Amino acid sequence: MTDATLDHAPDKPGDDHLGYLSEGGHTLWSWLTTTDHKRIGILYALTITVFFFIGGVAIAIARLELVTPAQDLVSADTYDRLFSMHGIIMVWFFLVPSIPTTFGNFLLPMMIGARDLAFPKLNLFSWYLTAIGGIFVFVALLAGGTDTGWTFYVPYASNYSDSNVLPALIAIFISGFGTIATGINFITTIHTMRAPGMYWFRLPLFVWSMYAVSLAIVLAPPVLAMALTAIAAERVFGLPLFNPADGGDPLLYQHLFWFYSHPAVYIMILPAMGVVSEVIPCFARRRLFGYSFMVYALVAIAVIGFSVWGHHMFVSGQSAYANLVFSFMSFMVAVPSAIKVFNWTATLYRGQISFEAPMLYSFGFVGLFTMGGLTGLFLASIPIDIQATDTYFVIAHFHYIMVGGTVSAFFAALHFWWPKVTGRMYPEAVARFAAILMFFGFNFTFFPQFIMGWAGMPRRYGSYPPEFQIYHVLSTAGAGVLGIAYLMPLFYLTWSIFYGRRAPANPWEATGLEWQTPSPPPKHNFERMPVVDTEPYAYHRRSEAPEVETQTDQNEQMGGTP
Amino acid sequence: MNFAIFPPEASRQAHEVDLIFLALLAASVLILLGVLVTGIVFAVRYRRGSPAKRGQLPEWINREVEITWTVGTLFAFIFIFWFAGVTFLAEYKAPPNAEEIHVVGKQWMWKIEHPDGAREINELHVPMNVPIRLVMTSQDVIHSFFLPALRIKQDVVPGRYTTTSFNADRPGTYNLFCAEFCGRGHSTMGGRLIVETKANYQKWAQAQHHVMDVAGQGRALFTRMGCSGCHEQKDHTIAPDLAGLYAGYVQLTDGRVVRADDAYLRDSILQPTKDVVAGYKPIMPSFKNALSEGQLQLIIDYLKTLSGDGGTP
Amino acid sequence: MTTSAEDRALREPWDDLERQRQAALTGIWFFSASELLFFGGLFVAYAVNFYLWPHGSMEAGGHTGLAYGLSNTVVLLLSSAAVAVAAASARWPALGRFSRACVWVTMILGVAFLTIKGLEYRHDIEERLIPGPGFPIEARGAQLFFAFYWTSTALHAVHLTVGLGLLLRLAIVGARDPQWYSKTPAVNVTALYWGFVDVVWTILFVLIYLPGRAT
Repeated sequence: MTDATLDHAPDKPGDDHLGYLSEGGHTLWSWLTTTDHKRIGILYALTITVFFFIGGVAIAIARLELVTPAQDLVSADTYDRLFSMHGIIMVWFFLVPSIPTTFGNFLLPMMIGARDLAFPKLNLFSWYLTAIGGIFVFVALLAGGTDTGWTFYVPYASNYSDSNVLPALIAIFISGFGTIATGINFITTIHTMRAPGMYWFRLPLFVWSMYAVSLAIVLAPPVLAMALTAIAAERVFGLPLFNPADGGDPLLYQHLFWFYSHPAVYIMILPAMGVVSEVIPCFARRRLFGYSFMVYALVAIAVIGFSVWGHHMFVSGQSAYANLVFSFMSFMVAVPSAIKVFNWTATLYRGQISFEAPMLYSFGFVGLFTMGGLTGLFLASIPIDIQATDTYFVIAHFHYIMVGGTVSAFFAALHFWWPKVTGRMYPEAVARFAAILMFFGFNFTFFPQFIMGWAGMPRRYGSYPPEFQIYHVLSTAGAGVLGIAYLMPLFYLTWSIFYGRRAPANPWEATGLEWQTPSPPPKHNFERMPVVDTEPYAYHRRSEAPEVETQTDQNEQMGGTP
Repeated sequence: MNFAIFPPEASRQAHEVDLIFLALLAASVLILLGVLVTGIVFAVRYRRGSPAKRGQLPEWINREVEITWTVGTLFAFIFIFWFAGVTFLAEYKAPPNAEEIHVVGKQWMWKIEHPDGAREINELHVPMNVPIRLVMTSQDVIHSFFLPALRIKQDVVPGRYTTTSFNADRPGTYNLFCAEFCGRGHSTMGGRLIVETKANYQKWAQAQHHVMDVAGQGRALFTRMGCSGCHEQKDHTIAPDLAGLYAGYVQLTDGRVVRADDAYLRDSILQPTKDVVAGYKPIMPSFKNALSEGQLQLIIDYLKTLSGDGGTP
Repeated sequence: MTTSAEDRALREPWDDLERQRQAALTGIWFFSASELLFFGGLFVAYAVNFYLWPHGSMEAGGHTGLAYGLSNTVVLLLSSAAVAVAAASARWPALGRFSRACVWVTMILGVAFLTIKGLEYRHDIEERLIPGPGFPIEARGAQLFFAFYWTSTALHAVHLTVGLGLLLRLAIVGARDPQWYSKTPAVNVTALYWGFVDVVWTILFVLIYLPGRAT
């Protein structure tokens, strides 16, 4: 047998280069009772992949319906359930968990030099909560789905819908509780388990993004839990909290819902920003530009993001005064996001840039996130929003950020850390092709939606006036290309697990403690607790970078607590 | 081929909204091109192994530059907020002489009633160059009244009135959509806005089956439902006098003084014990189950005429 | 050399008890923040409905069982005192048994709370104070008030029951080894959780039982 064959051969149980994949047991039971954060990250990855494809199938059928103006493929009722389940599954069972529970779980302890998270058993419990929530999603699906939209507006969801609202509410409630537990776990871990020398301002931005997202995760989902509990109370026990017939206010529900759901979109984007901040410096071989501004921007987005929820309600009947306040705060929250885009671009300057798949996905992220973010400025302007809200313009806006942004970053992370997680390299040429195909498929799908949205095409319509057909046809065609681009990694990444080239500890020559371990890492991550004495992103000597605030100043500011 | 891009601009307000849109579009294209071109130039120029100069960043790129572009972005965004906010403030209130049209949304149709009593289903005829104020509510779930050609949209909410206003200046037929998901008929809950020249509008209005004007219908209901029995007693000991009530101020038993606007009138009919007028006992029965939304609006319209001007608060 | 109590108290991934304690306390404080926001949503709903319908809310408040509410508040405050003493005394290995006794007192008081609540619920049901047809108070907003009452007290009772479970675990594990109390952060964490449940009850007491009494 030649080395090359050994290098590409599938692994057998008991092979000694499998690290955590074989340490800890080979049985299904050992996986289902694991408290190893790396294995739990994999459990989450499998779970969210399943839901990603289910949510994708739901909208694929809906997009097929939309090829013709008439309601001819599925009934209006079925159509309503398709888009609702798509939203519910994609938001709560894919996007919100995606990066934090997979890469956050896997990488956070390693990036700070720890053996595991602060509460490993709680981590496993979090996964079970997500899985049980997922079972309720299946219950809802098999019973025929719910038709309330992912937003569950009252009084429709509480008093009028005759679909399976309750299983959907239970699914979201239970999995939300799991997400909160993960947030508490991450915050505690970052506060109390950093290795000696890992001061706050030496943390990689991915860790900062996990911290910022965890703050939002701990504070926002409980309010949603209450709003959904109230709907359940109304449906099951007849307790009227929002029912206008008893004097209740349907807008109160909207405030409670959006108080969570706006921070939720920041929960979905902050981890993506953290990923991109790891990938770009690595493949540009340069320190991240403006590290401290990037940190402040992450925290600012998380904090200011709690004050903008009313921009979803400009036409709801709330006062003009409220409209102006929320519009203003929405413009404020755009500033730190813009700063991040400038800094990622500036990181490229005088770099040594290469274009592996993670970098291609990161470029895609920056472009698509910028487009989505700019259209956010349109929507923050009240007269524009009055026209554009509840139309395809908004749908395009949030898909540019959620899909063009977060999903691109998810794939960037997947390829960047694949060697670390699996010990194998993925096939680079195919991966680059898929990344480029995804970028074009995505734009093809969603750009026409901006145009038809401004032209007046409302959302959540299964049938529509014929003047919008051309856009729907383009969009559906694009969705087909996008679907292929999503399926490709499913195949070649699975292939690489068995036949990919074995990965060295640090195939990208990246900085960061996670690359100091073997690929895949052993169960306890580090043989000895590392001691940190360098700054993050030390891709080149300091003398090549401008002297801003020295790290020593930063460390003194932060009290230097190990 | 028939496809839509911008909806037609059927009012000056629509035109102003489009101007903001185009301004933002221009700014966005510039910013996006800036980011993309910079990114692409850097990617090509500094690709691995290229001969471009590397090494230390130039002196002038420093903390001050970062602060400058942060503050610059902040001011640019504040400017856009102000630009858009000012337009919003100028347009959101109807002028005092606006003609009031009532809209009731229900699953899955729009019911429209003109002040002269003309009724429409899923269609709204208006004369051009006349300020119009829509007073709207829903009978069941939240819907949204969307007129793309006028660039206006307003949710209609059960249990309260919402308003929007416009002044159409271009005759034509335009789309009306429901824009808030309301169940399986949501996609089909559309209709037409028809803006007529004054002459054509008169012709149309006269051709409508006139029941009675709204105030007259309201008066008829007022009598039939027994309201006049208490409220038109000469000495006004049982029930307060309603003449001149609308748009004025009322003192309540708990000492508060409130404005008698549409919401107050509505609440007084549906929940009469909520805000009782000072000096009176809470003996008025509720008409919650006795009146439909449409009937309620008619009575309120009648009460408004008792002020003498039928104007808006 | 670690004692068996330390072995039992120290968990993965910790190397020393002090760090583990810090982490546990950090965790429970952030959890309390999230729970505060959970009940906070309900408090906002209460505030909005009270503002919209002050008369109905006041009248409804007058129909709540003040005696039950007051008794429950006293019971819960005493139980918080008990669990606070349990947590404070747990620091000394010699007081392990005493701490455990305080845990039992807390549990008994907690059960007393639920019993009184159960009796109150029965009373409310007899008075038909359930929103829907047959609700005895005409005023608008009264049904909303009682919707809040049932939802918030039921959720509070669920939280309290979880607290009882945590206390029971302390009692059982502590029975085998009273030394464990001085090593583990579990007593502090449970006490903080219980304290949070009590704070929520105090707020609910004010919101539910006090409106409409001043006449």
